[in-house]
Amino acid sequence: MALAFDEYGRPFIILKEQDQKTRLRGIEAQKANIAAGKAVARILRTSIGPKGMDKILQSPDGDVTITNDGATILEQMDVDNQIAKLMVELSRSQDYEIGDGTTGVVVMAGALLEQAERLLERGIHPIRIAEGYEMASRIAVEHLEHISQKFDFGTTNIEPLVQTCMTTLSSKIVNRCKRHLAEISVKAVLSVADLERKDVNLDMIKVEGKVGGKLEDTELIYGITVDKDMSHPQMPKQIEDAKIAILTCPFEPPKPKTKHKVEIDTVEKFQTLRLQEQKYFDDMVQKCKDVGATLVICQWGFDDEANHLLMHRNLPAVRWVGGVELELIAIATGGRIVPRFQELTPEKLGRAGVVREKSFGTTKDKMLYIEHCANSRAVTIFIRGGNKMMIEETKRSIHDALCVARNLIRNNSIVYGGGSAEISCSIAVEAAADKYPGVEQYAIRAFADALDSVPMALAENSGLQPIETLSAVKSQQIKENNPHYGIDCNDVGTNDMRQQDVFETLIGKQQQILLATQVVKMILKIDDVISPSDY
Amino acid sequence: MSSSISYWIKDAALFLFLPLIQGFIRAPELELLSTALYPMAIERILKDDANEEKGERARMASFVGAIAITDLVKTTLGPKGMDKILQSTGRGQEVTVTNDGATILKSLHIDNPAAKVLIDISKVQDDEVGDGTTSVVVLAGELLREAEKLVAAKIHPMTIISGYRMAAECACNALLQRVVDNKDNAVKFKMDLMKIAMTTLSSKILSQDKVYFAQLAVDAVMRLKGSTNLEAIQIIKKPGGSLSDSFLDEGFILDKKIGLGQPKRIENAKILVANTAMDTDKVKIYGARVRVDSMSKVAEIEEAEKEKMREKVQKIIAHGINCFVNRQLIYNFPEELFADAGILAIEHADFDGIERLALVTGGEIASTFDNPESVKLGHCKLIEEIMIGEDKLIHFSGVEIGQACTIVLRGASHHVLDEAERSLHDALCVLSQTVNDTRVVLGAGWPEMVMTKAVDELARQTPGKKSHAIEAFSRALIAIPTIIADNAGLDSADLVAQLRAEHHKKECNAGIDVITGSVGDMAELAISESFKVKQAVLLSATEAAEMILRVDEIITCAPRKREDRM
Repeated sequence: MALAFDEYGRPFIILKEQDQKTRLRGIEAQKANIAAGKAVARILRTSIGPKGMDKILQSPDGDVTITNDGATILEQMDVDNQIAKLMVELSRSQDYEIGDGTTGVVVMAGALLEQAERLLERGIHPIRIAEGYEMASRIAVEHLEHISQKFDFGTTNIEPLVQTCMTTLSSKIVNRCKRHLAEISVKAVLSVADLERKDVNLDMIKVEGKVGGKLEDTELIYGITVDKDMSHPQMPKQIEDAKIAILTCPFEPPKPKTKHKVEIDTVEKFQTLRLQEQKYFDDMVQKCKDVGATLVICQWGFDDEANHLLMHRNLPAVRWVGGVELELIAIATGGRIVPRFQELTPEKLGRAGVVREKSFGTTKDKMLYIEHCANSRAVTIFIRGGNKMMIEETKRSIHDALCVARNLIRNNSIVYGGGSAEISCSIAVEAAADKYPGVEQYAIRAFADALDSVPMALAENSGLQPIETLSAVKSQQIKENNPHYGIDCNDVGTNDMRQQDVFETLIGKQQQILLATQVVKMILKIDDVISPSDY
Repeated sequence: MSSSISYWIKDAALFLFLPLIQGFIRAPELELLSTALYPMAIERILKDDANEEKGERARMASFVGAIAITDLVKTTLGPKGMDKILQSTGRGQEVTVTNDGATILKSLHIDNPAAKVLIDISKVQDDEVGDGTTSVVVLAGELLREAEKLVAAKIHPMTIISGYRMAAECACNALLQRVVDNKDNAVKFKMDLMKIAMTTLSSKILSQDKVYFAQLAVDAVMRLKGSTNLEAIQIIKKPGGSLSDSFLDEGFILDKKIGLGQPKRIENAKILVANTAMDTDKVKIYGARVRVDSMSKVAEIEEAEKEKMREKVQKIIAHGINCFVNRQLIYNFPEELFADAGILAIEHADFDGIERLALVTGGEIASTFDNPESVKLGHCKLIEEIMIGEDKLIHFSGVEIGQACTIVLRGASHHVLDEAERSLHDALCVLSQTVNDTRVVLGAGWPEMVMTKAVDELARQTPGKKSHAIEAFSRALIAIPTIIADNAGLDSADLVAQLRAEHHKKECNAGIDVITGSVGDMAELAISESFKVKQAVLLSATEAAEMILRVDEIITCAPRKREDRM
C-alpha cells in the first residue's frame, strides 16, 4: 500500500484507516475486475443452448433451486465481489427489459472482457478499447436490423409465435412438452394483448403452480384461480352466472381508527349494545344480498356469526383473498373493489360465468376457479409437475416464453437463432473493422471475436467440436452469403436455422449486445478498487 | 497468510478422502479445497462460507447423495421390507417406527441438494396418490445409479436424458396396453379394490390381518362414492386390544364425553351442530368495556349477562333439538341449562370433528340462532355413550348420509397404532384414487417386467448412443423386483432371471411370489396395484432423475447467520 508524501517528504494519509483497506490500482485493478467478470460468465457458459446444463443453488436457508435461467442463477448466487454484482445487474436488466436471453448477455460480456484483457496486455488504453467496442456494437446492431425479417401473425395464425416461444423453451427442462407450453404462452399473451397499441400487460397473466400430476396437465384457464376455498364447508361448490361482490372490509363490527371506549354501566346499555351488534351483522349480509350478489370475495376474515349468516342466507363467500389476486379478480370480472358496505351498488359487482371449487390429490387441497369472466382479458396459466423445483423452473420458463411473445407483438422482427445472428454479426464487424483507422480497429476485431463466443459455447455444450463447427458454419455463411446458418445443436442434420424454425426476437438480440457492451465499458473504465480489508 | 501452508496440507489429506465425504459433509475445509482446485487469482466471487462445485464433482455429489437416500429406504420395499426407527431431535426424543417411505424421508435432515429433490418427489407422491412413496425414490435412485455408469462411460447427460424420456414413454405405453379396467363390472371392480388394498397392506405392519383391514378400507372407500375426500373417514386410535379388534363403524364416533347429568342415550336424535361461543358471549363492538361504580351494578350486569346466555340457550333449545354439539367450550352455566332441558350438549369438538359431524348427520354448522325454522338440523337414529378400552366415546349411529364412517384402530402401543394409521391411510388413498381411475395392473414386479420387456425392445430398435440410456432404464426397472426379492431373503439373481424368461412368453402374468419364494402367477395370487400409482411412480422418478442429471454445478450460499435473528 503506497503512502502519499507531501512536499516536505512527510507521509500523510488520504484514505481513512488506510492500513485496513486493500487497494488495487491501474492494470492490476483492471485485470482483477476482468477475471471476476469472466468467472461469472464461466459459470453460466455451460447453461446456454438446448443442451445446456442446469445448476443447483442452495439458498442460505437450505432451500434448493434447480434452474438454467441466467438471471435466476445469478440472483440466487449471493455474490460478494463488486464486479460480479455488476454482471448480476446486467443479467437482471436484460430480464426486466426483454425477459429472455439472460444467460447469453452474461456470456457475451464475459467474452468481451476476455478479449479486452488481451488488448490491455498489448498496451492499448482501456478507453480506446471501450470506444472501439462502442463502435463495433453499433455496427452489430445495425447489421442485425439488416438481416432481421418481419413475419406476420394474427389471432388466427399463431404458428410463428409458437415457434419462437419453442426456441426459448427448448433450452429449459420443460422441453419435453415445449410445444404444449409454447401454445399456452402464446394464447395467454394474445388474449391479454392490445394489438392496436401493440402492448401487452403481463400482469394480467397469472402463473400458478401446484405439485402433482404431470407437466402435460398444465393448462390455460380463461379466468382466475385463487388458492382458497369457500369460507363455510357447506357452501355450494359451484356457482353459475356469479355476481361477485369484491370487498376489502371485514365482516366484523367496525374498528374506528381513533381511540375510543364504549362504556357499559347499566343493564340497558349492555342490552342495546348487544342488539346493535346483531343488527350490524345482519345489515352487512343484507346489503350484499340487496345488490344481488351471489358470491362475496373478501380480503379480510369473517366472524363466525357473519359466516353462518352468509351461509344461512345462501350467499357463498371466500375470505382472506390477497390484494393482488383481488385486483386481478376485479379486472377479470369487471367489478369494482368496494371498501365499505354502504358503497355497494349493483353496478359494482363483477360477473363470471362459472365459479367452482376444485380439489386435488389426497390432501385437502382446494382451489377456486373463476371462469368465463365478463372481461376475459385476465388469464391464468396453471402448472402441474412432479415436484416443487420442477414447478418453479416451469414458472420461470413460462415467464421467458411470455416475454418473448410479448416482444414479438411489440415488434415483429426476428432474427434466426442457433448462433447464426452472432456469426453473421461477427462477419460484418470483422469486415467493417478495416475501415477504421487507429487503435480502435483492434478493439473492433476483438469484438468480432467475442461475438463468436456464443455460438462457440452452443457447440461446446452440444458436444460438437467447437472450433471446427464454428469455422465451418462461418465459411458457409460467407460463401453462400446467407445469414441463416447456425449451430445444429439438436443433431437435426441441417444447420440452416430457417429450416429448423429457430427464431429469436430482434430486440432481444440487440439489447443483449448493447447491454453487454455497456457493462464491459463500465468495467474497463475502473482503474482503482478500494475495499475494506477482511482482517 | 501464515496459515495458508497448513491449509494446503489439510487439502492434500482431504483430497484422498474426498469421494467418501463428498455426499454429506459440508466441512469448511471443503470450500478451501474448491478454491484451491479452481484457482482464482483475485478474491472470490461468492461470499465467504459459500461453496461451489462444478462439472464432474457436482454430478458426483448429486449421485452420491441420491443413491445414499435410495439405499436408505431400499430395504423397506416389498412385503418383506424392514422398518426404521426414527428418533426426533426435539424434546422428548419421540420415536416413530415406520416403513412408509414418505414418513421416513420427511423426518430426515438432509443437506445434499439432490437428496432433497428425491425427498420432494416422495412427498408429492404421498400427497397425490398416497402410496408408492418408497418405490418412486428407489426408481429415481436406480435411474441415477445407472446414469452414473453411463456418464463414466463418457455419454453426455443430455443424451441419457433423451434416452430416459423415450424409455419412460415407451414403458408407460406398454403398461397401458396391459391394464385391466373393470369399471363397468361392479362385482369385479370390488374384487380389484380388495386385491389392491391387500397388496398395499401386505408390506405394512397390518399384513397379519390384511384381509380384515383390506375389507375395512374397501368398505370405507366405497361409502365415499367416488369422492377423494378422505376427511370423511375418521380414524380413531385407542391403545389396548389387538390390531384385529379394530373395526369399521358405519356411524360416527366422537372422542368426547357427555356432559354431567345429561342423557346418556338418545333415540331419534335431532342434532344442532354449532360453532359459537358458549362461555362468555363477548360484546364484539370494538372498544366496549364495562365500567361501574358499585357492587350492585356489577351484580346487575352479571345478571344481564346470564340473561343473555339464557336467552341464547333458549333460542338453541327452540330449534327442537335434543343434542347440541359445539366447536367451542360450553361453560357450566349453559351446560346446566341444557341438562335441565334434557339436551345432550357436547363441547369442544375440534374443527374436523364438527365438519365431519355436519357432513355425517346432514346438518349445517350454525353460529346464529334467530331463525330456527330455516336451520338444517342433523339427524341420527341413536346417540349413545360407548366404551372402547377404558375410554368413553360418543357414538352416533343410524346417520342419514352414508359417506362418512369411522375406523377404530386398536393395538398394543402408540407406535403400532401410528404405523397402522399410516398404513391404512396409504390403503385408503390408493383405493380412493382407484375408484376415480379404475385401471388396474398386476403387482409384485409384474409391471416392471412388462415395462422392461418393452423398453428392451425399444433399445434394440434405437440407433445411436441413446440406446445405452434406454437399456440403462430397463436395468433400473428390473432393480425393483430385484430389491423386493433381496429384501425377502431370496436369490434375486435367479428369480429375476426366471421372471424375465417367463415374460418373454406372450400374455404372461408372472411376478415374484415372496411367500413361497418362487415365480408365480400374479392373477391367481390376487396381487394387484393401481395403474395410477405406477404411472405416477414412473413419471415422477424419471422427471426427478432428469432434473438431477441436468445439473453440472452446485452453488451453496453461505448459511444464514443464526445470531442475526436473536
